[in-house]
Amino acid sequence: MTALAGTGTLLRFSLRRDRALLPVWIAVNALMVLSMPKSLAGLYGTAPERAALMRQMNADGSLRALVGPVFDDSLGALTAWRVGVYAGVLAAVMSLLVVVRHTRDEEESGRQELLSAGALGRRAPLTAALLTAATANAVLALLITAGLAALGARGAVVFGLGVAGVGLVFATAAAVAAQLTGSARLARGLTAALLGAAFALRAAGDASSAGGSSVLTWLSPLGWLENARAFAGDRWWVLLLLAAATAVQAAAAYVLAGRRDLGMSFLPTRPGPATGRLGSAAALAWRLQRGAVLGWSLAFLLTGVVYGGMADGVAGLVGDNPGARQVFERMGGQAGITDAFLASMTGLMGLLAGLFAVSAVLRLHAEETSGRAEPLLAGPVSRLRWTAGHLTIAFAGTAWLMLLAGLGFAAGHGRQAGSILGGCLVQVPAVWVIGGAAVLLHGVLPRLAPAAWAVAGAALLLGWIGPALDLPRSVLGTSPFAHLPKLPGGTMQWPPVLVLTGVAAALVAAGLAGMRRRDLVG
Amino acid sequence: MTKAITVRGLHKSFGRTHALDGLDLTVEAGEVHGFLGPNGAGKSTALRVLLGLLRADAGAAQVLGRDPWRDAVEVHRRIAYVPGDVTLWRNLSGGEVIDLYGRLRGGLDARRRAELTERFELDPTKKGRAYSKGNRQKVALVAAFASDVDLLILDEPTSGLDPLMEDVFRSCVEEERSRGRTVLLSSHLLSEVEQLCDRVSIIRRGRTVESGSLADLRHLTRTSVTAELAGPPDGLADLPGVHDLDVQGRRVRLQVDTDRLDGVLRSLTASGVRSLTSTPPTLEELFLRHYRDEATDLSEVPA
Repeated sequence: MTALAGTGTLLRFSLRRDRALLPVWIAVNALMVLSMPKSLAGLYGTAPERAALMRQMNADGSLRALVGPVFDDSLGALTAWRVGVYAGVLAAVMSLLVVVRHTRDEEESGRQELLSAGALGRRAPLTAALLTAATANAVLALLITAGLAALGARGAVVFGLGVAGVGLVFATAAAVAAQLTGSARLARGLTAALLGAAFALRAAGDASSAGGSSVLTWLSPLGWLENARAFAGDRWWVLLLLAAATAVQAAAAYVLAGRRDLGMSFLPTRPGPATGRLGSAAALAWRLQRGAVLGWSLAFLLTGVVYGGMADGVAGLVGDNPGARQVFERMGGQAGITDAFLASMTGLMGLLAGLFAVSAVLRLHAEETSGRAEPLLAGPVSRLRWTAGHLTIAFAGTAWLMLLAGLGFAAGHGRQAGSILGGCLVQVPAVWVIGGAAVLLHGVLPRLAPAAWAVAGAALLLGWIGPALDLPRSVLGTSPFAHLPKLPGGTMQWPPVLVLTGVAAALVAAGLAGMRRRDLVG
Repeated sequence: MTKAITVRGLHKSFGRTHALDGLDLTVEAGEVHGFLGPNGAGKSTALRVLLGLLRADAGAAQVLGRDPWRDAVEVHRRIAYVPGDVTLWRNLSGGEVIDLYGRLRGGLDARRRAELTERFELDPTKKGRAYSKGNRQKVALVAAFASDVDLLILDEPTSGLDPLMEDVFRSCVEEERSRGRTVLLSSHLLSEVEQLCDRVSIIRRGRTVESGSLADLRHLTRTSVTAELAGPPDGLADLPGVHDLDVQGRRVRLQVDTDRLDGVLRSLTASGVRSLTSTPPTLEELFLRHYRDEATDLSEVPA
């Protein structure tokens, strides 16, 4: 077994490197799943209420596309239905990030060369990466199973294994992608595209047929998770599909890895132009970020169209249930349920735009710590000018994305274009506050700049899960999004919007001031 | 002659580490100045202060007559910099990066760019991630040599180049000198320093320990002398500056401080010289002495 020599050491090393990352991913996923029974019990406390929910859900194709069909009206089955797809997606994203981070990322950066020159087996790096992902998914499965066991032991095991199985399918898919591509970024992108396709296939299948019976659904690993029917028949054999896909992809990854040299890839890298037209720091910033901006733009527009098209269906469904109406109203405001739904969705897009803002601002951090900023700043580029290039993309990009989301919502919904656009654009100042926090961290505490992700993540959790958890107002109020008027439906209030804009401007100004005074990190 | 760089008593600490501890440095305009010192002596920190990337805690620095921190952009228009560890954007080609750096400085000489690309045998169409360490350095070197600047700051620029490319690099530096430009060259390659540099500064633990022309520095070291004498040697041991004296009959070996050589020769000729070899100090010995002192100093520091 010399091919695997050193796998154990490498696995411990990987787990140590991920000692902060993995627990957070696992905790967020488990928290989302385990908080659901309580929140569902609050909303649909009685059997007739749950039966009504199931009936209405299964009757509406657009809703089935969003969360899949309901197989049973027990609390367990409803939990698995409500969070199943999303828990699977989260597990998949965690797994693909971990695997690429420990395979292609290591090779691309050249770190793997040093490790592999040691007494390390040829297959050890891939094996250790897959075992790291497997460990994370196993812990997740254990937490979910233990947490849901009270609702039915068999169902809890099936659901836990199903979520972890989806994670492993995408861990091994990422392992294959990491062999094919030369860059970690592309490997992550390919696997994420595969995950998007799996989501789209399942959504299309569920929209076209009730009961998850469509061929399209059966083509998607997320469809398998759904069709395992946790707490509603527990079809163990469907889990075998997840296991089989994992095994096949893992085998493919090992075969590919065995046929290539360290650092090489199967997809060729194309040569670039011999001369360049980039002539300013701002042009460079745009060149570096344009791909990401394009991806986010498409995602925001499409999500807008899809959710906009669903608004009427959701309103019909939720309108009958006082508890659910209350949650939407807490998220989206008091006026009519359609408006409340649209307002909660514009809010959600705002929360997601916060992630974009942070990633665009933190590009500065990546440029600086990688040493790529140093020769630029040693040239006639002031720090302010260099920073401004990336910040323009982060802050103008935020407004652009919310505009696209609004256009998408309006196109999907077909009415109220003006008020929907207003509802989207009103989010922008709150997103800017998140971006401003990232600028402040980068400018004043550059080593802690990645903590900006935690800021965006906390806002996302408070805005998304907070209302369902019935958190006190003082806790919810720590998020800038909590102070925005609920549009469409509510009345426009300028003071919070102006105050948030001011706060964002102050954060940016303080960050820039810090940036001008401090040493370059790297 | 005007000064391209003047540094007086520069201090810079990172937490409890004193990277620069009263550094002095003077670089005359138009000279190639070698900047030497063992790893961790503070060379790169000093260069980054001179580029306004780090802010000095104390001391004065002037680059091309200006404050490198306050007037960073103005100073940088007249400087080209090659870092020791060149990192490139993985999705930009080498040619794009060269032109970006050039345009930021207001354009570069297209003919010279083409000529340099050819001399360094650089393929400018490759993407950043496909270059080896040496080729990444070539990208930065072409960008630096093709730009119209007064001062080049080069931080171990040849550490990844093969000997042929090192040769190209040396001739490029010679050309820069003949065009009247100033070069501050940090390097560990003694032959490179010996061939290129008019003057050198050696720093150790954040402080300048030696500065001057190579001839000046040579003067400070010992010459080894081996002689076969006609009669027995007399009084050699009492002469100032004599070390490691070894007398075996009429055969004498000794080391002498180069500025005391005169007295030793006088004493030897008094005894009658049959044969004499005198080996002047090599640069290597000079540097090794300074580098070794570093090790001794460190071992003397109480734990």
